[in-house]
Amino acid sequence: MARPGRRRQPMGARRRRPHGNVPGGEPMGRGRAAGGAFCSASAGGGRASLAPLRRPRRASLASLSAALAARPSRPSPPSPPRSMAGLGGGLAAFGRCTHAVVRALPESLCRQALRSVAGPEVDFARAEREHQLYVGVLRGKLGLQVLELPADESLPDCVFVEDVAVVCEETALLTRPGAPSRRKEVEAMKRVLESLNLNIVEMVDENATLDGGDVLFTGREFFVGLSKRTNQRGAEILADTFKDYAVSTVPVHDSLHLKSFCSMAGPNLIAIGSSEAAQKALKTMQQMSDHRYDKLTVPDDAAANCIYLNIPSKGHVLLHRAPEEYPESAKVFEKLKDHMLIPIANTELEKIDGSLTCCSVLINKASEL
Amino acid sequence: MLREEKWLVSQFPSSRSTTPLLLITSSVCILGCAFLSSASKVLCCYPVVIVDITLQIKIPTEVKVSVVIMTTEVGSETEVKKDSEQLGPDKAKDKPEEASETPGDQKSKETFSGEAQDSSVPAPTNQSSPSSQKKEKSSPESKGISRFLPPWLKKQKSYTLAEPKDEPKKKATGEEQVVEESESQALEGVAQPRKSLEEATENRQNAKAGDKEKHSISSAEIQPSKEDGKETEVEEVAEKKEEKQEEKEKRETKEVQTAEIKIDNVPQKSPKKIKTVQCKVMLLDGTEYSCDLEKRARGQVLFDKVCEHLNLLEKDYFGLLFYENSEQKNWLDSSKEIKRQIRSLPWIFTFNVKFYPPDPSQLTEDITRYFLCLQLRQDIVSGRLPCSFVTHALLGSYTLQAELGDHDPAEHSSDYISEFQFAPNQTQEMEEKVAELHKTHRGLTPAQADSQFLENAKRLSMYGVDLHHAKDSEGVDIMLGVCANGLLIYKDRLRINRFAWPKILKISYKRSNFYIKVRPAELEQFESTIGFKLPNHRAAKRLWKVCVEHHTFFRLLSPEQPPKAKFLTLGSKFRYSGRTQAQTRQASNLIDRPAPYFERTSSKRVSRSLDGAPMGISDQGLVRDFSAAGGQAAGDKIIDLEAAGQAKLKEGGREEDESPLKTPQLEFTQDGKVEYEEEEAQQKRHASRAEGPCTGVSDADKSSHETLDIVEEKKQAEFGIEETLVVDETNKGKMQVATDAGETCKVEHVSKKDSSSLPSDSSSSSSSESEDEEVGEYHPHHRAIEEVIREEQEEEEDMKRKEHEENTQHVEAIPEGSKPVPVEHTQVTAEDLVQENTITVATEEKNLSEQIKQDVGEEKEEEQLKLNGDVSHVDIDVAPQLICCSEPPVVKTEMVTISDATQRTEISTKEIPIVQTETKTITYESSQLDGNAVGDTGVLVSAQTITSESISTTTTTHITKMVKGGVSETRIEKRIVITGDADIDHDEALAQAIKEAKEQHPDMSVTRVVVHKETELAEEDED
Repeated sequence: MARPGRRRQPMGARRRRPHGNVPGGEPMGRGRAAGGAFCSASAGGGRASLAPLRRPRRASLASLSAALAARPSRPSPPSPPRSMAGLGGGLAAFGRCTHAVVRALPESLCRQALRSVAGPEVDFARAEREHQLYVGVLRGKLGLQVLELPADESLPDCVFVEDVAVVCEETALLTRPGAPSRRKEVEAMKRVLESLNLNIVEMVDENATLDGGDVLFTGREFFVGLSKRTNQRGAEILADTFKDYAVSTVPVHDSLHLKSFCSMAGPNLIAIGSSEAAQKALKTMQQMSDHRYDKLTVPDDAAANCIYLNIPSKGHVLLHRAPEEYPESAKVFEKLKDHMLIPIANTELEKIDGSLTCCSVLINKASEL
Repeated sequence: MLREEKWLVSQFPSSRSTTPLLLITSSVCILGCAFLSSASKVLCCYPVVIVDITLQIKIPTEVKVSVVIMTTEVGSETEVKKDSEQLGPDKAKDKPEEASETPGDQKSKETFSGEAQDSSVPAPTNQSSPSSQKKEKSSPESKGISRFLPPWLKKQKSYTLAEPKDEPKKKATGEEQVVEESESQALEGVAQPRKSLEEATENRQNAKAGDKEKHSISSAEIQPSKEDGKETEVEEVAEKKEEKQEEKEKRETKEVQTAEIKIDNVPQKSPKKIKTVQCKVMLLDGTEYSCDLEKRARGQVLFDKVCEHLNLLEKDYFGLLFYENSEQKNWLDSSKEIKRQIRSLPWIFTFNVKFYPPDPSQLTEDITRYFLCLQLRQDIVSGRLPCSFVTHALLGSYTLQAELGDHDPAEHSSDYISEFQFAPNQTQEMEEKVAELHKTHRGLTPAQADSQFLENAKRLSMYGVDLHHAKDSEGVDIMLGVCANGLLIYKDRLRINRFAWPKILKISYKRSNFYIKVRPAELEQFESTIGFKLPNHRAAKRLWKVCVEHHTFFRLLSPEQPPKAKFLTLGSKFRYSGRTQAQTRQASNLIDRPAPYFERTSSKRVSRSLDGAPMGISDQGLVRDFSAAGGQAAGDKIIDLEAAGQAKLKEGGREEDESPLKTPQLEFTQDGKVEYEEEEAQQKRHASRAEGPCTGVSDADKSSHETLDIVEEKKQAEFGIEETLVVDETNKGKMQVATDAGETCKVEHVSKKDSSSLPSDSSSSSSSESEDEEVGEYHPHHRAIEEVIREEQEEEEDMKRKEHEENTQHVEAIPEGSKPVPVEHTQVTAEDLVQENTITVATEEKNLSEQIKQDVGEEKEEEQLKLNGDVSHVDIDVAPQLICCSEPPVVKTEMVTISDATQRTEISTKEIPIVQTETKTITYESSQLDGNAVGDTGVLVSAQTITSESISTTTTTHITKMVKGGVSETRIEKRIVITGDADIDHDEALAQAIKEAKEQHPDMSVTRVVVHKETELAEEDED
């Protein structure tokens, strides 16, 4: 539980190139994705080939297929449709994911975790079981390399890793969470992201706050909810970090995060809750966007938070809330014929405002060529 | 000709002293003046008009000739001067006199004449003073022919004075007599008009000298018409040959000299005006292109030259920029004169992409993509187009691939990349990354690499976004970004709002404020107007223009016509005049040429690129494919040069009056080509130079140019119609009605302007073209809906549909335009314009008659007619704000005006049929609505006009959408013109029309009915 003091820097953001200084000494396992005691690498589903992490040679995540095709013969003639190379590869690459960062639950979460609404206490055992199931799906079923950070009892909310890092392509923005009690969660995340050779940007501006839960990346642009946890300055730094993309702000009033009532359910598909606030936010997003998104409206706001993945061997994969929790919403999801649907229960963490996306940071490292 | 000339002359006095006309006439360019004035008259007397118009050119020339003669007669150089000068005063006097001009003018006149005693300055008082003129003119030597010339001839001469200079001198000597003869005999100036301006000027001198001494004169002629030279010569001549006059004349000459100089200047510029200016254009590859341009060339000329130089066909995406300062860039409007846009700025332009194609892969030619790449590289390096590290590296690597070809370890040493610039802040690390990526692009051709570059660049969020600094209503700094899809609002780097084109109902600016009116959101009822504060009003206008252009280019299928006159008063009438994206795509589909070769220049860092960038490329040996290209390009250049040379020659010829043969031809071609422009310009120039009563009016003149032009065009159109119509009377009436209906506003406006131009010039000038207008409006949805590219709306609907499907509880899509607006009301105005059998008169009678009055009518009539005209304005004018009623649905107004439009005046031609009409206007109005109409003029949101015709009726439907105090209101006005013989039951027709209107719009109520009857009273009459 060593918690080195947070570094303060005068500038709003500090950018570090991956190969650069890795603070705290040990660059975590370069070859093996996982490093340290807290990381457990798994090589399920034939993703082994991705394991060796080298300095990325390709600028961006080319569509995986392209990457794979290119890998064998180094000087391979470039395929014309490589247009997807930069900028997230457009829709085809959306949802691609090789790694996931998760963090174990501290027992302190039952009593000390922040919660917006007082309510029944979290059943820790059940929470753990649900979380293990969650990680198991990512690792076992979907074959991602899951990097699991150990819990930190002093950080009761540390399981919600999403809030402390926004990763897009090769760049990771370490946030400055809106809740002061959570700011130290960033450190562990930083280490593990560095181990993945990502370009890391830290948000060190004292005036900026940003929770990853307020950041919706659609594959084409960012929406940043301006909530209690996220402010304008935080959004600006995000915009500076991901210069390629438009970053639009969306006021969020009634919920904790923007993604408390929405998420991406497909390359061009926004899942959205039915509450007035959710619908209003959606309108805002639609107005702000040059693109036209399809939307999937579900009756329950909480159920609108789902995880979309594009796994080469499995196609569209959607992790959504279990029918036992939100039967009506589950029915809506079940209409998605093209998706491989994986219901996941999240009853306990929900009590402390946790949702599906909160518990992981998804990373696509397609750069080993 | 005689007749017409006479007519012309006579007209002048009668024409009311509209200053604009005055100005025009006074303006040195006789052609223009005469033309204009004649044209306006022509307007009035319909039938004859046609003839006149065709004669337009002839008349002026003739006039010139005659002028020459006159001068000759007078024999005094002074005359020339005075004539020219008098042109202004002269005509001014003519008109003013009638209009009870101030004594001062006359005084000045007198003084003039007094000074130049000999100069029998053709009595300004047109015909009235022939005798006196004669006396004066018939002074010493050149009594001969002039005596016999009818007074008006002389006068005309005076009008034409200015132009003559271009014409060859040679004619002058020998032909003088001929000219005189011909004139005297037939007065057919046609042949002689050719005589150049020079002739005229010199002839004057010659005239003085006398016929005998022509030889000597001729020698004098040889000398260029340079003012100085002339003057001296003149003096000499005068001294030698005219002892008697010497005394007088000498004095005069001196005086004259100054005057002459002026005169000379003017004509030189006008006909030769072909002064060239060198302009430089910075191209995208960093090279500079320079060419000589006619000083008055329009932007298009330069742009075309540049594109030709670049071998670029898909040029609509590009434009030329000029910088006011380092910050403020302006797009050169290709439809306007360059000079007027850049003002005093140097003629330096930058060739840039103006409209970034959202999908560059749809461009037809690689060369177009190449230039787009160059632009984007600039944008990136300058930081205008921000990208992430990774993207910088990726784009850089494609740049390398395009410029260097495959990575070659032997050739490309470790630091080969540092010579290039890919990003504003380029780091070693980035260069490494670029190199790394470069290696992966092996095999890509330059064109492919460019395509890849674009595919990635186009996804950048700031791709094609034109940013403008502004403040929001609370004074917070924001940026407004104009792009293909609409308007984006940024605060710092964050997008805080976005207004897609379909959402925007109106774009306007007023002073330094920029406004957009936005369609109400789905659940809202009210449109809202959002205002932004820009640093200054030029910035606001710039932004507005960019918006108008982008909207038109990306959103419309074809460019919108400039607003009708009625909007003119609101400010800028600027519209995008080029091709839209849809059109340019269509056009480029037709491109049928082998892919042009071009050489890719290096994007090495500036310092190096200046020295040996191209070398660098060739060094790399990547240019092999392009070896041929070089040759071809060079060839092109040569051709260009030749062309330029020719142009130069031509221009030179014009400038130097010495090339006698060429000039006339040139003049003519020139005339043929640019008729209107020239006139316009000439007038302007003259106006600015004008002395006497006209000084200070230049602005007014300027402002009225355009309108006047419009009028002329219109006239011609109308005439054409009439011509055909003469054959079939009934048809004719109808057709005219149709045309008129469409153009009513214009005409009205014009006439208004005419009448008010002098006194109210300040206002009018500010409202028109000048770059400084304070306000401008643009209604993106002005046009018929089908004109708009609809994807987005459709998408919206799609979305709605989906919503609907997905979520049972979803609200039905609300069709646009039929939003539940609480206070929605409609007005259906049925107008019944009745039968016109006469050949000439149409519905527009009021307008026409108005004009007639202005020009021809006697004062009495004028007044009356005016009144009539005004009334018609009120009733017919669509402007919604005029309609407000607070009374019960009763007949609110009844105005019966009998306009006696008879023109007994001095129209000499017998063929001019004049129609007398009786006009009756009755307005029925219901007040049921409109509590809010009073005092709240509302804002026009959209307007639409649909015209349909049946046998005896023409229906013009004008739909306007207004917002008054937050309430939107749709108003439909129907104008139904019923034309025909007296047999038609108008009441029934009217009832039918109203009924139909009700049926068509069941949800609307008829609030106002205006009946306007025009009955022909008398028929032709002439004088």
